[in-house]
Amino acid sequence: MSAPENKHPAAIAPADISLEVHDLTVAYHKKPVLWGIDLVVPRGKLVGIVGPNGAGKSTLIKAAMGLLPVSSGWVKVFGEPVKDNLTRIGYVPQRESVDWDFPVSVMDVVLMGRYGKLGLLKRPTKADHDKARECLDKVKMLPYANRQISNLSGGQQQRVFLARALAQESDLYFMDEPFSGVDAATEVAIVELLHELKSRGKTLMVVHHDLPTARSYFDMLLLLNMRVVAFGPTNEVFTNDLLQSTYGGRLTIMSEVAEAVRAKD
Amino acid sequence: MNALIPSFDFQRIFIAPWTSGFETFGWIVLMGFLVTAACGLVGNFLILRRMSLVGDAISHSVLPGLAVAFILSQSRSTTAMFLGALAAGIVTTVLIELIHRKSRVKQDAAIGIAFTSLFALGVILINLYAGKGGVDLDQECVLYGEIAFVPLEPPVMIGGQSFGPTPVVRMALVAAATALLIAFFYKELLVSSFDPALAVSLGINATLIHYALMSWLSVVVVSAFESVGAILVIAMLILPGATATLLSHRLPVMLGLTLLHAAVSAVLGMHLALWLDCSPAGAMVVAGTVLFKSAWIFNPTDGLLRRWFWTRLEKPVIEAT
Repeated sequence: MSAPENKHPAAIAPADISLEVHDLTVAYHKKPVLWGIDLVVPRGKLVGIVGPNGAGKSTLIKAAMGLLPVSSGWVKVFGEPVKDNLTRIGYVPQRESVDWDFPVSVMDVVLMGRYGKLGLLKRPTKADHDKARECLDKVKMLPYANRQISNLSGGQQQRVFLARALAQESDLYFMDEPFSGVDAATEVAIVELLHELKSRGKTLMVVHHDLPTARSYFDMLLLLNMRVVAFGPTNEVFTNDLLQSTYGGRLTIMSEVAEAVRAKD
Repeated sequence: MNALIPSFDFQRIFIAPWTSGFETFGWIVLMGFLVTAACGLVGNFLILRRMSLVGDAISHSVLPGLAVAFILSQSRSTTAMFLGALAAGIVTTVLIELIHRKSRVKQDAAIGIAFTSLFALGVILINLYAGKGGVDLDQECVLYGEIAFVPLEPPVMIGGQSFGPTPVVRMALVAAATALLIAFFYKELLVSSFDPALAVSLGINATLIHYALMSWLSVVVVSAFESVGAILVIAMLILPGATATLLSHRLPVMLGLTLLHAAVSAVLGMHLALWLDCSPAGAMVVAGTVLFKSAWIFNPTDGLLRRWFWTRLEKPVIEAT
């Protein structure tokens, strides 16, 4: 496996760093899933996290948010330990991770994004409702505000999760496969939303499955396979060699990679 | 037939308890309502978290907690009982998590192991100490309870004024506290049940909420125990919430329906018990089950009847187009 390639760690001023991960190791039942992850992510970047199945992509963002116990290493968000800066982090979990039969409306789910800023015993105010409506409107889901969530399509569910993340009004977003199982219109809408967030100075870490689109969607890519294979601007990192070492010569995927690289040239 | 089904005397079964016998039956119905309401409210969240079986587990494993509390305190004081039950509830929760996390055993199996072993421990403790040291803990009573004796319990007297039998007053306090706790921590309960990962990323301690819910479940279970026993408690943790799940897709509405279910099953159960001359607790569970089945069959949006009509009547229309 090639050495971690982290293009600009020293070049970034501390104030411009959104996420800093140092020597992060995570293990399930003593088997390492992530090994010695070092990462310095500048502010205002749209970062795609790609790698084969089981590469630890979801684990990385969960560990970075403190949702999983880590074996070693630390994570800082905007220069502070992640636990002290949770209100600046937004999270879009995998769509399949929740029960969509849960007895809540679309509005209820988006309002959950406001809970972090409310204290104990506080209920969402009118301002929170207004904010939630505004976020629903951004993903074109406002007409569905009072729907029960089980009556939504996959793409609509994903839009609801994005609206909830928007309602969190965070500076750093972690998104776990927001494009999985969505329709083409939703995919376009999500890409637009990601770019809009980026243009407002937000940092986005997006787990992504599809290599060909990864190249066009993200300005930086993190190639992950238990270790950081490479992290840098998309056009520097999206090379045949690096993708091969990420995917470890898996034939089914290699043809896809070859195609993607060809498409680039 | 007459020997199997008692004669139905409308006056005795439906009118008398509300007129001449109200002082007795009123307390029984109220107790049934309070138990079912408190259990049902907590039960809604168990169902949402797919932890219905944990209610079953805790209502069994409270037994060793009670036994240990009796042995240590040599009394049946309420405080000792609550503390014993609370400790047992927390031990059960920790044990389930421990088995589930630190072995390859899945959660349902972990629940099965945790509560049966603790229940067995409780049985042994009671066997060992039942005769000695004045510990009188009746296994029959713990399992089946006797709600009919509730009106005979000594009343709570404050300033010369009677506030009703002690178990009823205690249960009323627990039920009110349950409703208040849910109201206060509604958003934390909601988000940690729906999406625990999001809850943690919002800075809400989902683990703490889990243990708090389990602890409160133990409190509800033990306060319901004496009058209705473990079996009714298990039924009432699940039935009202399950019925409400069929009828609504909104959690606040479901919580309201839970209270309605509690009231209706308590009243119907009391009448049923009078008619069949059986245990009121058992009759209340039967009534609650009837309510569940009615909701299942007659629910206008997706009940069995409605589904039957769909397949019979609406399908041909689709085929024709």
